[in-house]
Amino acid sequence: MKNLPRTDIAIVGGGWTGLLLAKEIAQRTALNIVVLERGGPRRAEDYTNGMDELDFNVRFSLMQDYSKQTVTLRYTPRDHAIPIRQLGNFLPGSGTGGAGEHWGALYPRHVPDLFEIYTKTVERYGEKKLPEDHAIVDWGITWAEIEPYYTKTDKLIGASGKAGNLRGKITEGGNPFEGPRSEEYPTPPMKVSYFSSLFRDAVKSLGYHPYPNPSAILSTAYTNPDGIARPGCFYCGFCDRFGCMVGAKTQPTNTLLPILTTQKSVVLRNNCSVRKIVHQGNQARGVNYVDESGEECFQPADVVLLCSWTLNNTRLLLLSGIGEPYEPSTGKGVVGRNLTHQISASAGTLFMEKPLNRFMGAAASGICISDFDGDNFDHSNLPFIRGGLLRAMGTGFQPIVSFGTVPPSVKARWGSEWKRAAVHWYDRVGGIGFSGDHIPYKTNYMGLDPTYRDHLGDPLLRLTIDWRDNEKEMFKFASAKGAEIARAMGAKNILMQAPYDHYDARRYQSTHIQGGTIMGRSSDASVVNTWGQHWQLHNLFIVGASTMPCQGAANPTPTVLALAYRTADALIDHYLKSPGLVA
Amino acid sequence: MKRRHFLVLSAASVGGVIVYSLDGKVSRLAARADNTVKIPLRFFTEQEAVIVSAVASRIMPSDESGPGAREAGVVIYIDRQLAGPWGRDAHRYTHEPFNGGAPAEFGYQGSAPPRQIYREGLKQLAGFERLSESAQDAKLTQIEHSVFFDLLRSNTIEGMFCDPLHGGNIDMVGWQLIGFPGPRMSNAAEIDKTHGEEFRPKPLSLDQVTQEPHRPSEDEEL
Repeated sequence: MKNLPRTDIAIVGGGWTGLLLAKEIAQRTALNIVVLERGGPRRAEDYTNGMDELDFNVRFSLMQDYSKQTVTLRYTPRDHAIPIRQLGNFLPGSGTGGAGEHWGALYPRHVPDLFEIYTKTVERYGEKKLPEDHAIVDWGITWAEIEPYYTKTDKLIGASGKAGNLRGKITEGGNPFEGPRSEEYPTPPMKVSYFSSLFRDAVKSLGYHPYPNPSAILSTAYTNPDGIARPGCFYCGFCDRFGCMVGAKTQPTNTLLPILTTQKSVVLRNNCSVRKIVHQGNQARGVNYVDESGEECFQPADVVLLCSWTLNNTRLLLLSGIGEPYEPSTGKGVVGRNLTHQISASAGTLFMEKPLNRFMGAAASGICISDFDGDNFDHSNLPFIRGGLLRAMGTGFQPIVSFGTVPPSVKARWGSEWKRAAVHWYDRVGGIGFSGDHIPYKTNYMGLDPTYRDHLGDPLLRLTIDWRDNEKEMFKFASAKGAEIARAMGAKNILMQAPYDHYDARRYQSTHIQGGTIMGRSSDASVVNTWGQHWQLHNLFIVGASTMPCQGAANPTPTVLALAYRTADALIDHYLKSPGLVA
Repeated sequence: MKRRHFLVLSAASVGGVIVYSLDGKVSRLAARADNTVKIPLRFFTEQEAVIVSAVASRIMPSDESGPGAREAGVVIYIDRQLAGPWGRDAHRYTHEPFNGGAPAEFGYQGSAPPRQIYREGLKQLAGFERLSESAQDAKLTQIEHSVFFDLLRSNTIEGMFCDPLHGGNIDMVGWQLIGFPGPRMSNAAEIDKTHGEEFRPKPLSLDQVTQEPHRPSEDEEL
């Protein structure tokens, strides 16, 4: 074991949260920072020639290498878990910037009542409305506490969109259901593709409230408060699962890395896999990691920030023996509880009369409605709680992953009949997407797998998760709404996704997984306080979606970044001045 | 020394002259005097390549709706993919024990990498290229629910529509078939001005757009 010189701050993970914390600490203090990233180096310039669908969108060259590490899956605590052997249900990143490089850059905030989901749901419908076996808890923060941080992230990335609720005043063209925003979006909404415009007109005719997707892809040139200048989007369509060729899509490498490379106090070490957080008493002492050459190193640090991808945050606590692992049969323990995975599905594949020119687009562009999100509609007579967003995305279509979608009347999946239909419909297919809340349950949780190990010999993380009636009923409801909208859009034919059954490791479900190291107001039921500070090890802070007690319908990154800013304030303004639990 | 295998294709069927990269180098392969092109194979034997080519042509036939797998050079694409890291499962989790009986929702759980699935699957298809089209279709119908056929089908679609730098989609015939322009750098002027009208810019490949050659992932270990 190589003992390295002490550093003030050790950050595990060089993605969105790790690099944002590094930037804040470097700009606001004189402390030395070491960032440990398991993947290789990346720079914004790496992407200028990367518009190759096969390598990026089919072979997933920006993603985590599953030959080294994956997770195992089972449906109930009684089953043996089986490894997920290839990328499918989620797509973790690897390398500088992490999943923040290949993300789609949708930028929605959560609905305000999500942070008080238990209290608000019981207030409106009574305790009996909550599903059996649920583990729903309030987050311990409120909209008023997080809103200023959302606004700070909007300015960092230059969020594009249109406010629907500006300081309590409902404004035309935005989302009327959103929580009050203190400021308008820094940049205007993105351009609207043909298919999304058909969706917008149809939902309006049905009496719903369309608005342009909030986006972390710039609609116009923008310079952020750090002086980072980036151009507006060219709608080339090579976005999601790619790095942006021009830097219009906000990524850690084009927004945070240029600042960090000018900071002498920050060292970013690539190809360094952290295996353990070393701790003693109520203090973290540093981290053990394996460097590029395979050498085991100990990096002592006064403060450790755990900023790896959501599942790895939980796994590292378990591998380090920090906190009591959650056990569903007794309800004891906290590490690993409240595993959720955003509901993400097709609420209708539409076959349209006219060509859609769908090679043009940007992953985050499109039109959305929030009429059926969260508790924006009355659930008194519905067999589920919460809801989700219905959208027509303006994502650019690419031929390998898109070719072959044919109307239900065509039964063949190869040969002349199939080819003729697939060629005819190729540019006439559009989708209505649904993103929904996933509420936590007592037996959806994580632990260490007893059988399978990673390339270093450490146990894999084991996911125990399956869909329940609440998700199935919610998706049924969303599909009916999707079909209604599809008919209003004039679809010639509609293909509906099969109902939700068992959790499916083959189908991309979104990379939005929450829980495991959840935040809360009490150390009995949570791993960190609402500042992301560990209840027992006060110099350990955990940042990322692993701290979220449930999944709202909205994609989590805006909330992840807002919480990271909040942790930065707690650390810099409170903890460093007076080490101990931040009140 | 292992005998090197070649695939001989009609030059007309692959667009006369093709841009072809072998061992990471870009070169132009001219048609020979008998109007054929001779393509060195990386993984398949010549016999295997002939069968794969025939199968891909039944999945994506050349017919009245346009060119198919043969014109796109799908077999060249598949040969290179199998020879590369994907073909040997370089990025799949392959620790034991394997769970053959796992529910379908857990994804492919077999121990065989794509190379092995092809090599074994092709043994069942010996003589396939000599069958009539209807007999070929009957044969494929027998195996259409196998892991091997799923690979054949998805690899055929990939070879039909990938950027030509991967060996398929020769002369961008796949992209022309469906009106895909390739990696077009900017659609900002057209995205909200072409609603309801067909907009079909002439396809360009990544090498043409960026004016420089690219090294595809399957060539990483060459």
